[in-house]
Amino acid sequence: MPLVPFIVASVIKSIIVIFILLTAVAYTVWLERKVVGHMQNRWGPTRVGPFGLLQPAADGIKFLLKEDLTPPHVYKPLFLAAPMIAVIFALTSIAVIPFGTSITIAGYNIPLQITDVNIGLLLILGVTSIGVYGVALAGWSSNNKYSLLGGLRASAQMISYEISLGLSLVGVLILSGSFSLRSIVEAQSGLYWGFIPRWNIFPQFFAFFCYLIAAYAETNRIPFDLPEAETELVAGYHTEYSAMKFAMFFMAEYANMITVGCLATLLFFGGWLGPVAGPAPLRVILPVFWFVLKVFVFLFIYIWVRGTLPRFRYDQLMAFGWKFLLPLALVNLIATAIVVVR
Amino acid sequence: MSIHLIMFIAFGVVCVAGAINLLAQSHPINSALSLIAVMGALAGEFLLLGAEFVAAVQVIVYAGAIMVLFVFVIMLLNAGAEERTQGSRVAIILGVPGMILGSVLLAWVVLKHSGTQAVAVGALPGPPSTIGQLLFHQFLLPFEITSVLILIAIMGAVVLASKPEAVQKRKEH
Amino acid sequence: MVPLSYYLVLSGILFACGVLGFLIKRNIITIFMSIELMLNGVNLSFVAFAAHWHALAGQIFVFFVMVVAAAESAVGLAIIIAVYRTRETLNVDQVNLLKL
Repeated sequence: MPLVPFIVASVIKSIIVIFILLTAVAYTVWLERKVVGHMQNRWGPTRVGPFGLLQPAADGIKFLLKEDLTPPHVYKPLFLAAPMIAVIFALTSIAVIPFGTSITIAGYNIPLQITDVNIGLLLILGVTSIGVYGVALAGWSSNNKYSLLGGLRASAQMISYEISLGLSLVGVLILSGSFSLRSIVEAQSGLYWGFIPRWNIFPQFFAFFCYLIAAYAETNRIPFDLPEAETELVAGYHTEYSAMKFAMFFMAEYANMITVGCLATLLFFGGWLGPVAGPAPLRVILPVFWFVLKVFVFLFIYIWVRGTLPRFRYDQLMAFGWKFLLPLALVNLIATAIVVVR
Repeated sequence: MSIHLIMFIAFGVVCVAGAINLLAQSHPINSALSLIAVMGALAGEFLLLGAEFVAAVQVIVYAGAIMVLFVFVIMLLNAGAEERTQGSRVAIILGVPGMILGSVLLAWVVLKHSGTQAVAVGALPGPPSTIGQLLFHQFLLPFEITSVLILIAIMGAVVLASKPEAVQKRKEH
Repeated sequence: MVPLSYYLVLSGILFACGVLGFLIKRNIITIFMSIELMLNGVNLSFVAFAAHWHALAGQIFVFFVMVVAAAESAVGLAIIIAVYRTRETLNVDQVNLLKL
């Protein structure tokens, strides 16, 4: 593809993807409030628009218009930088996620993905591991004991669970033999015995289990939301944040949830693969639909877990990560390696 | 001026600025953050050399794990700004000219004797599969030895960082 | 095309900054970070030489350096915590006695 159409296509794709991602983040918040509300026998947001559908817009305007406080004794440069670090790295990882096959416009074949790199999965792991700094620095720079405890907990928790997360993905990598997310999905096409899809979830069930738990811990969600445990730490690392700076942490958390859902879909559930039929436009749209549907299921599970489980104690969290999840991921890795080599 | 050279210079400037900032800052957390910037820019340089896997590991292991550990310890000990003491004067008197002299000498030797052989963009692609082949065949023994090293380091860290009273109690039992 | 020597000079500058930091900094943690900076400078020259000689072994060496750096930082930071616990300072000039 020549340079100019390539740049034009990339810019258009980036704008569309960022727009959709931010909308998805806003509506995930709405979905969470609605679903958790119904689980707890409440209605959730109902006042703004039909079914409260305009609530995200109202929240956004509220965040923008509220007074942006900077407490007097904070370490200002880092206090300002921390939410930006969190949100930038949370949004970056979407760049390598493929969400469909490809379309042909004006003779150019454009894959439905901002960019396909050979080391896509490693890039996502790297970007999420940098995202820890947002939380850790927010906790430290706030000059508040609750924030500091939240930041310390977040960094210890994220380092610990990152190992299990990485090891649980190696099994999938052995099966597909590539770091490129597109090839990983393409390696899952076909059927076992003619009726079960060749998704990695079947041979790699324990890896999926490990991945999902470790990913919940990485995104600081219930039952691992100790960095912001409101019953013990006020609000944890974002105690001192208000208005748009707080909203940035909020956006980062939900964007990370969506990334986790996308990765789980791509690595274990065959990405955009699914029954495809009909005329040519439908053949492009249906894969995207399957992908979005699978990601939506993961987001729903996230919310379901939040509505169901209580929070861990901190020593339980650490013991679980190191004494159960890590050995499980290792055993799964060894078993996969033995089966593949044999 | 090729795009390769421009990107090399851009990443290089970030590297050097980060390294100098590490020295100039008095608070350890600022030093840690500038070191993270250096590591990120170095990952960019690795990508220019084609070592994509090394670049990814540089970000994941160095910037994402080792430096988080540093930031964690700085936060845990609530380390404040550095106190200047008299003892460092000799180091400054000897160190600054020594560093400048050493750098100039090194740069002169390198520039004079390495000629103008150029390294192209992605000169030596290091795909993960090839690196894995090398690591588990040709370098299997060093690889195993480093795993033993890591194990020893973990045990050492646990023993060192555990509270002295806890060690005492264990001995009494 | 970038000459190999440019990479080596950059690596040398980083290494020299590391040495300088090691000498002039008084905070143990910052001294530790200077060591990491030196290792990073060395890594760059490893990768540059690997590309120059078309020998992938240079990239493998970077992994070993990283492993050593990880092990070293784990033990080193544990030592720093132990030192801080007994002396309540991170200034190396005040850590000048072998006994507690």
